[in-house]
Amino acid sequence: MKTIFEEHEAGRGTSYLPERPVDVGRYLPQGELRADLRLPELSEVQAVRHFTELSARNFGVDTGFYPLGSCTMKYNPKVNEDTCRLPGLAALHPYQPEETVQGALRLMYELQQDLAEVSGMDRVSLQPAAGAHGELTGILIVRAYHESRGDTRRTQVIVPDSAHGTNPATAAMAGYEIVHVPSDERGGVDLEALRAIATDETAALMLTNPNTLGVFDEHIREIADIIHAAGGLLYYDGANLNAVMGRARPGDSGFDIVHMNLHKTFSTPHGGGGPGAGPVGVKAHLGDFLPVPLVVEEHGKYHLSYDLPHTIGQMRSFYGNFGVLVRAYTYIRALGGEGLKEASEDAVLNANYVLALIRDHFELPYERIPKHEFVVAPPEDLVHERGVKTLDIAKRLLDYGVHPPTVYFPLIVHEAMMIEPTETETKETLEHFAQVLTSIVDEGRENPESLKSAPHTAVVGRLDEARAVKQPKLVERLP
Amino acid sequence: MRFSPHTADDRRAMLERIGVGSLEDLFADLPKGVRLDRPLKITHGLSELEVARLLGELAGEDKDLGHYVSFLGGGAYDRYVPSAVGELLRRSEFYTAYTPYQPEISQGTLQAIFEFQSLMTALTEMDLAQASLYDGATAVAEAAMLAAGHTGRNRIVVARSVDPQYRAVLRTYAHGRGYEVAELPLREGRAAAEDVRSAAEGAACVIVQHPNFLGLLEDVDALVAAAHGAGALYVAVADPVLLAVLRGPGAYGADIAVGEGQSLGLAPSFGGPYLGYMAAKEPFLRRLPGRIVGETQDKEGRRGYVLTFQTREQHIRREKATSNICTNQGLMALAATMYTTMMGPRGLRQAASLSIEGAHRLGDGIAGLKGFAPAFPGAYASEVAVRADAPAEKLSAALLAGGMLGPLDLGRFYPELPGHVLFSVTEKRTPEEIDHLLEVLGGVKA
Repeated sequence: MKTIFEEHEAGRGTSYLPERPVDVGRYLPQGELRADLRLPELSEVQAVRHFTELSARNFGVDTGFYPLGSCTMKYNPKVNEDTCRLPGLAALHPYQPEETVQGALRLMYELQQDLAEVSGMDRVSLQPAAGAHGELTGILIVRAYHESRGDTRRTQVIVPDSAHGTNPATAAMAGYEIVHVPSDERGGVDLEALRAIATDETAALMLTNPNTLGVFDEHIREIADIIHAAGGLLYYDGANLNAVMGRARPGDSGFDIVHMNLHKTFSTPHGGGGPGAGPVGVKAHLGDFLPVPLVVEEHGKYHLSYDLPHTIGQMRSFYGNFGVLVRAYTYIRALGGEGLKEASEDAVLNANYVLALIRDHFELPYERIPKHEFVVAPPEDLVHERGVKTLDIAKRLLDYGVHPPTVYFPLIVHEAMMIEPTETETKETLEHFAQVLTSIVDEGRENPESLKSAPHTAVVGRLDEARAVKQPKLVERLP
Repeated sequence: MRFSPHTADDRRAMLERIGVGSLEDLFADLPKGVRLDRPLKITHGLSELEVARLLGELAGEDKDLGHYVSFLGGGAYDRYVPSAVGELLRRSEFYTAYTPYQPEISQGTLQAIFEFQSLMTALTEMDLAQASLYDGATAVAEAAMLAAGHTGRNRIVVARSVDPQYRAVLRTYAHGRGYEVAELPLREGRAAAEDVRSAAEGAACVIVQHPNFLGLLEDVDALVAAAHGAGALYVAVADPVLLAVLRGPGAYGADIAVGEGQSLGLAPSFGGPYLGYMAAKEPFLRRLPGRIVGETQDKEGRRGYVLTFQTREQHIRREKATSNICTNQGLMALAATMYTTMMGPRGLRQAASLSIEGAHRLGDGIAGLKGFAPAFPGAYASEVAVRADAPAEKLSAALLAGGMLGPLDLGRFYPELPGHVLFSVTEKRTPEEIDHLLEVLGGVKA
């Protein structure tokens, strides 16, 4: 299809604003004005059709099953999309006087409380704009905490070898050196290795639990003890919180800091890659280090408080991705405490059900009861004798209207496929997925080429990524 | 409400197939002491009718921009958005997708990002742009990190006339890396080239907003020359709507251009979600943070778009990545792409021009009022800094009583500017509304 630049025809366009002539040269020096503005000109109908066609070239949760591991692609309730657009919430300027935004502030205050309850933390900031941004907030809190104690020797952050790439990237961005801790044969943190590297140079350990293999690390208390005994803090990457709501709280396991992904666990849409929200919760002893402002309540009135003596400062403009917060708040109120617990239980049930249906057809790196997601690899004969890779299976899934699982992650599993069905899928959808997946494995044994040349039905075939780098075309301009 | 579809029979059949007796067995490996043995203290679930009513009540407690005439700005703007943008943004093939890991079924998201990059490049008159960042403030911080990495210098110079929120976030980010942040003082509300000449020695970059937070035009040519003279990069902060009439940062020699894209069709939404953009000259391509989309083709020569130059990014480079940012601000970048396409060059220029015209009607009018004076000499665009005899709270209360919101108290951010306030005008403000504002201000007693 064409780009908006190819659709351009000079002189087209729709008038959205009063066409009163204005001579900006009366107000601004001539030398500051630009000579021309080379933007595409399309009629509204052209533009509407252009973006509608783009949407048809996209796959979302509303299109079909989306078992993308680690991303929690659950259904995004439509009521959330209405509430976040209510003028009393969407048409608010962030600098309005507090007395004119009491509803918005109350919503934020209650969301802080609810997220603290789900995570077992004492105080929550809603400011971080995404999961990775929450991580950075958390690790800057780690830094500020140690600095406040005059403890400047701590230069290392420990990260498991199964961790998301954002963990080491975040720690580096906060000025830390990364130390990797290996996984043991059960997929958890290797305790012996951890004891050896947890020292008075350890600032923190960053951990996901359940981890990226989908297994709950049952040694979490020992891990917490080792890190705390060394004087470090324990950081919870909330990527997998959807497995344990109402069942276990990171705060009760010894975690000091958590971030939560509202776009995963609390049903806000992923938006094709943002906006998300990554609120950060801390235990009481770290409450004064949170970013400002926090929403506080006094005599039934809500305020933005900047009064935190050790605050790390501000992580972004204003108060957070408020529109995302409204959606998450709507979801929590709709489900209630019991509904959140049920959501996690069904997420775990669904993952185990899919595993049960496909386990005989795939390699299982760890024999465990997974939580909300699990990792498998294609059978060895398929990989070694037929030359079929995980990528080929993923591409063939596209032909069946299924979004592939996360592939080649975590890095510690060769040819990994990470499957996270989420709780909002029916038994029939899961069975269909399992049937498609196993039939693709069978097909790969008989006709490996059919997988290697997939997808066959998408609007484009496999794209040449090397060409995109060698002959880069990153922008288009009007001729 | 519940969105889990299972019946009791479904659950029973599934547990049986898994080979366990109950749900509890799936959580059996959660150690004692870690398990939560009580219900969550969160209110009971509501039906959709009830939850919609509850949110309606919360929204009803607020005074929104549909009912109040706003003269608030300072980084978030109440602009007119064509209906088609809101309509198209609700196409759930866009908003229920995740980041485009599978390009064959994500061409919609990918092409939209490519078009966004192209539009931002054109507006800023730079060579290229990336796929977007969280907001203007984090874009400034990321630009500073980029400059430090490129120059090997760890001092960041920023003008005090840059949005105070951006400076605050810059300080937070810089502290993590151990970078020093030095601020250029306000000289008649602006940055001065002679201050840059001394401060930029040994600095990675000089960050200047133009028009600045106080609405004033900076002497960008002299500032760029001073920064480059000291071997520092020049980071320009610019409002993309005002760029419809002003020279782009690329045209006056900036190395990096960043800013807040909220004014390109996003609701003020009490501060977020917004949209950071970053455009750059070509040599900085491999240092850019976050996603970049490029054009390529498949085996049959069909054009397609992919995430590219990914070896900069965290999922590949881990601790050596240019940033920890994982995705972008996808849906907001899409909204900005739709808005800019609908408005076209004439619409965007008209939005900027009407704002500037309105601001000057306000500025000229206020200069004639007793108890008010223009704060600074020289050219300004769509925001007007004013010195007022009456305290900011009193002005704010008077406006509120007259059905208006504003102004912004500058003393809150600038101890050196007590008694100063900022009025902002967009294309939505009519001459009559501005005259009404002047009338109300004229009645405020110090």
